[in-house]
Amino acid sequence: MTTTLITNARLIDPETGRDAPGWLRIKDGLIAETGTSGDPGPAERLVDAGGHCLAPGIIDLGVKVCEPGERHKESYASAGRAAAAGGVTTMVVRPDTQPAIDTPEVLEFALRRAAADSAVNVLAIAALTKGREGREMTEIGFLRDAGAVAFSDGDAVCTNAKVLARAMTYASSLGALIIAHPQDPSLSAGAAVTSGKFATLKGLPGVSPMAERMGLDRDIALIEMTGARYHADQITTARALPALARAKANGLDITAGTSIHHLTLNSLDVGDYRTFFKVKPPLRDEDDRMALIEALSSGLIDTISSMHTPQDEESKRLPYEEAASGAVGLETLLPAALRLFHSGQITLPRLFGALSFGPAKRLGLPAGRLAKGAPADLVLFDPGAPFVLDRFKLKSKSKNTPFDGARMQGRVLGTWVGGTRVHAP
Amino acid sequence: MSFTAKHLLGIETLPPAAITALLDRADHYVDLSRSDNKHGDALAGLTQINMFFENSTRTQASFELAGKRLGADVMNMAMQASSIKKGETLIDTAVTLNAMHPDLIVVRHPQSGAVDLLAQKVNCAILNAGDGKHEHPTQALLDALTIRRNKGRLHRLNIAICGDIAHSRVARSNIMLLGKMENRVRLVGPPTLMPSGVAELGVEVYDDMAQGLEGCDVVMMLRLQRERMDGGFIPSEREYFHRYGLDADKLSHAAPDAIVMHPGPMNRGVEIDGAIADDPRVSVIQEQVEMGVAVRMAAMDLLAQNLRAARAAQGAA
Repeated sequence: MTTTLITNARLIDPETGRDAPGWLRIKDGLIAETGTSGDPGPAERLVDAGGHCLAPGIIDLGVKVCEPGERHKESYASAGRAAAAGGVTTMVVRPDTQPAIDTPEVLEFALRRAAADSAVNVLAIAALTKGREGREMTEIGFLRDAGAVAFSDGDAVCTNAKVLARAMTYASSLGALIIAHPQDPSLSAGAAVTSGKFATLKGLPGVSPMAERMGLDRDIALIEMTGARYHADQITTARALPALARAKANGLDITAGTSIHHLTLNSLDVGDYRTFFKVKPPLRDEDDRMALIEALSSGLIDTISSMHTPQDEESKRLPYEEAASGAVGLETLLPAALRLFHSGQITLPRLFGALSFGPAKRLGLPAGRLAKGAPADLVLFDPGAPFVLDRFKLKSKSKNTPFDGARMQGRVLGTWVGGTRVHAP
Repeated sequence: MSFTAKHLLGIETLPPAAITALLDRADHYVDLSRSDNKHGDALAGLTQINMFFENSTRTQASFELAGKRLGADVMNMAMQASSIKKGETLIDTAVTLNAMHPDLIVVRHPQSGAVDLLAQKVNCAILNAGDGKHEHPTQALLDALTIRRNKGRLHRLNIAICGDIAHSRVARSNIMLLGKMENRVRLVGPPTLMPSGVAELGVEVYDDMAQGLEGCDVVMMLRLQRERMDGGFIPSEREYFHRYGLDADKLSHAAPDAIVMHPGPMNRGVEIDGAIADDPRVSVIQEQVEMGVAVRMAAMDLLAQNLRAARAAQGAA
């Protein structure tokens, strides 16, 4: 195995909070050494970072790759290319495929496809209940043995508290992580946007932000009851944050993520029924967005995900209520997240704390840090490089990004997975 | 002329001068419609297609008559019975129709924003005849014309819009139009039928009819849209009539010369007492229907002028 030395870099290490010039040596797929000064010594391959940022690769918790079932929307090959281009070194894929990843056999299929086609690491979340129908739990033990890193029904909220409580109890005996979508589905049924002035003006059915708080409150009660390890996939409202903070203070095993879209866009961006801005849960008010950024910098929010959800043109070119939800995000996650850095709202180490280190810590992975012995999953990027996003240049098969035509900053110059360079511009 | 838009999709984007221009033109067509020779030639040679994805008798008849009085070739398409049932998408339907070179397409659709979507895909003028819970611009314009002719002005009036605001596109278009023309707009109805954030639209919100109607010059009643309701918004129709139905007692709180309006079709005994609706001293409901034809003639006339001008400019270029 060769050694690679990346010199003249700005090292961003979320674990230690370091943001300083230095060098990094890769050996046998692992980070062998980092340093800020002195002679790094010789190496077989030398990369001059040109003073740009070197950070642990992004671990994107909750990517939808449409295999099995809808490969025309996104395959492991296309998603892998998109991830590499976006600095995502690990995709943690969602089970809301067709059929759902709810048996060891389907899981094995997905992981085999991933290993064959994807240039970046792929870990899988398995369904918590069969068919994500909220009736019977899946074979959590077998699925774990087959490689599932977490269990989730995605946005199909389990309405039967007894079923969920049992699944949580069973999962906790195995130490399995449950990822849930906090939402009261009876309150949010039929909603296309967040309720309020904008929803009323546009005549679209709205959901109160309280539906998220209610869903979270219920789940917190069940965590308290069952001792489950729990991660909320997306907290998007200011109203849910105090409940989350209390649950953490009470010592429950709970973490929470949010999506990049909820951190960088708000409900008004939908404008004249632009369906590429239709995501689930719907975009929130600016007050919510500001509260989320604050929660991110304080550490109350643990992870940022792209919630990458490919949709073809046909599912989006419909009246707003009928259009499918979701946006692609693997390639725009980093430049969108850097908006928060450029606006001075968050530091780079804290940002990567949520993009890389947070998800790694929650999943028990050794990646997500620049420590000696950690996998050499890295992203080298120029945070200031400006560009205008053209959706047709995305590597994803589906082009449904809300950032089409947006001015963005942040260009990925290199992505390494296990010491191998998988992306160069 | 200050109405320069290509389409009439909603009131939201219309400047006050465009509203005035439309109403002035409509006044002219009221006179024409009352004369023995009702024929104009503003739309001669043009093709008008009425695409109604949602049942409508009154609005469709009004648009059809308006087009015919101005000499257009009018075609009605009942979209519920057509290819939509065979799975064709809205955009494909629009593109197909567009290939037949229509000049004006009048669209009603049950989904908010569907008419905007359609307008992006065709190169003729689109008139929104109601999209979901979003807008119904010609209804707001005909209401404005009725008010202007009865009150002699369309500004500095106290206007109450009452009833099922949540499900009403008529209410949204009226709130915007009457606000733009600098009236004081009040919304009156049970809180379950009041959409969230509506108070931020520059209106006053009441849940009591007597307070809401106090001193009002215009009382607009809305139909209780039972077909759009997906759950219990009110306990019963009789309780609704008792608390929110317009009767002589509640109307007595309004100004002595107040007029009563209703976009129709009415649920007598639910939102309005039949005796009020039929009282020619206060009710202008029949006049609204008449104004509807005139306003639609005006809207299509001005849109056709803009369309012809745009085509001439394109030809010259």
